[in-house]
Amino acid sequence: MGTVDRSARDEILARIRAVRPDEPVSVPREYRTGPVAGGTVGEPGEAEAAALDGELIELLVDRLVDYRATVRRCAPQDVPGALAELLGEVPTVVVPPGAPVRWLSAYLGRIRRDGDPEPLTVADLDAPGVAVVTGCAVAIAQTGTLLLDGAPDQGRRLLSLVPDHHLCVVRAGQVVGGVPEALARLADPTRPTTLVSGPSATSDIELDRVEGVHGPRRLDVLVVTD
Amino acid sequence: MTTGTGNIVAPLPFPTAARRELADGQLRANLRRATHTIRDKRLRVVGEVPDWPALRRSGAAIKDDVLARLPELLEQFEAAATAAGATVHWARDATEACTLVTELVQRTGSTEVVKVKSMATQEIGLNEALAEVGIEAVETDLAELIVQLADDTPSHILVPAIHYNRRQIRDIFASRMPGVDLDKLTDDPPALAEAARRHLRAKFLSAKVAISGANFAVAETGTLVVVESEGNGRMCLTLPETLISVVGVEKLLPTFRDLEVFLQLLPRSSTGERMNPYTSLWTGVTPGDGPQTLHIVLVDNGRTETLADPVGRQALRCIRCSACLNVCPVYERVGGHAYGSVYPGPIGAILSPQMTGPDAGANRTLPYASTLCGACFDACPVRIDIPEVLVHLRQRGVDARRGRPSAERTAMRALAWTMRDRRRYAAALRAARRGAAPLRLVTGARGQVRRLPWPLSAWTASRDAPLPAGRTFRDWWAGRDRTGGEGTGGDRG
Repeated sequence: MGTVDRSARDEILARIRAVRPDEPVSVPREYRTGPVAGGTVGEPGEAEAAALDGELIELLVDRLVDYRATVRRCAPQDVPGALAELLGEVPTVVVPPGAPVRWLSAYLGRIRRDGDPEPLTVADLDAPGVAVVTGCAVAIAQTGTLLLDGAPDQGRRLLSLVPDHHLCVVRAGQVVGGVPEALARLADPTRPTTLVSGPSATSDIELDRVEGVHGPRRLDVLVVTD
Repeated sequence: MTTGTGNIVAPLPFPTAARRELADGQLRANLRRATHTIRDKRLRVVGEVPDWPALRRSGAAIKDDVLARLPELLEQFEAAATAAGATVHWARDATEACTLVTELVQRTGSTEVVKVKSMATQEIGLNEALAEVGIEAVETDLAELIVQLADDTPSHILVPAIHYNRRQIRDIFASRMPGVDLDKLTDDPPALAEAARRHLRAKFLSAKVAISGANFAVAETGTLVVVESEGNGRMCLTLPETLISVVGVEKLLPTFRDLEVFLQLLPRSSTGERMNPYTSLWTGVTPGDGPQTLHIVLVDNGRTETLADPVGRQALRCIRCSACLNVCPVYERVGGHAYGSVYPGPIGAILSPQMTGPDAGANRTLPYASTLCGACFDACPVRIDIPEVLVHLRQRGVDARRGRPSAERTAMRALAWTMRDRRRYAAALRAARRGAAPLRLVTGARGQVRRLPWPLSAWTASRDAPLPAGRTFRDWWAGRDRTGGEGTGGDRG
């Protein structure tokens, strides 16, 4: 197959070279790439930035609620209590290898850490009554989006996919305004990355949104602010 | 130059196929409801983005830049993806792409693959090719699953089952979905989604091979991107051992940063959401996370043919959002099947005939499937001037047949001769008025003729012919009352 492959490649590239447009294209980028508050665009000063952070969090919460995610806010010292409350009667919680131990210090059920000692199997994750708690890399206020990039507190992609209940911890400093800032914050764009905006949903029946198909049907977001 | 093949060839002329679809009142009701729902949602979420026009301009320019540098960017993508552990293959047309993918699946020993919804694999007819060698392709997107269970073909780019309403979907699931729990199956959308979840869960967890397309392919990093809603995409992209991604050569973006434009444009244009529930980005293979074998098949299939036309090539900017379908008055009435291609609606009317060349099937009739109202251009997130391309393709079609006799051309020539001279024109109008006078008695106040005798019946087959006015504008102008009154009524009072 190697030779066939090569000839197809060379032929396609030669064809494109023969017909492509010869004018170079300059790309305008007049869209918003920086902080935004109340629809205005600009670089905020220090005082504005603090106010803006508060607004961003309000916006993020509003968007997440719009997607029918459950949202709680708490101070850093209250994370264990808030998570335990959100988990309620859930018998088993899965966490990625690098999730802080104190997150689940108030939770009384069974805790399984991926890779400790063995990686969890799909069957482990698919068992009834399993929830997963992860962090995130960055969150987008305007679209209510959580970005997971496989860092140690987020783990492998299947951890936040197979269990039916996903809890995500978002720190205030991780919240940005729009998509451009969020992508620019990713440490390494070649890591497997997932953007999550609300629980799994479909618009396939009469183009109306219905929550809950293959991904987690319940998404809880804990926003940690000072 | 090789033209495109596969499921992009209309078997019937558009007017014939449209007449068949228009007879289905249920279809029209379903389409009207669905397209109007999505239109309103799109307008709402687009309206809240103040820099939307700037994003559209950037999106269009980035795609134009891709087309101008396509060979270099493809080589860059191939090198980056290969360095990240992927194997990159190339296919000139649908047949070659299907053969490649089939062999790749056969090499794994699997006889079942799970599929992420993908226009490229629909286009090349991959499921049919796999079935021929005994490999079952399971569509996992809800709408694709509905279409597959109903043994039907897709009728919309985003929502292939848009032509069914919830009651019809319930009936399809009840009769065709193995092991479905009939007691729990109502026509409530959450109940239908639950049935699909149960049906596919075991397949996701056991599948060894998945096949996907890609919404974007980043040349700089070798990254592929799939934008979806249900999580079926994540399942397919994460759980199997082998992943085969079939990607049109025009799906490239030069840099990772360019995603910041398209991840804003696509979801709002497509499902009318601020962001779709899930977007997956992956680059080659990552030890311990996801499939450990990744094949990427880059497909031409008529894209180069399209690139060769300086006016028509803008169709290659398309990101398959389907906003143009949802706002099109023609699509809303006839539905996707009338276009005979997996690419229906306004974008299909310019994409299919360019990819295949005008001589494939009835594809030359597709550029006429439009009123040229321009709603598609306004909705397009990458500013494809679809009406411009439609007119251009009509022109190309006419030019190609200029030497041959045609009734239309004879009529136009006669008309041109008559209108070239003022006296000839006035005489013709007088004759027409005299000729129409007896008809006026028959048609009454309506002043329209429904059916003219041959050869004019070709005109009245799909439209009424108006009778000439009782008085011409020139006559009225010459004889008008200069002191006011008639003709200035609007100014009174």
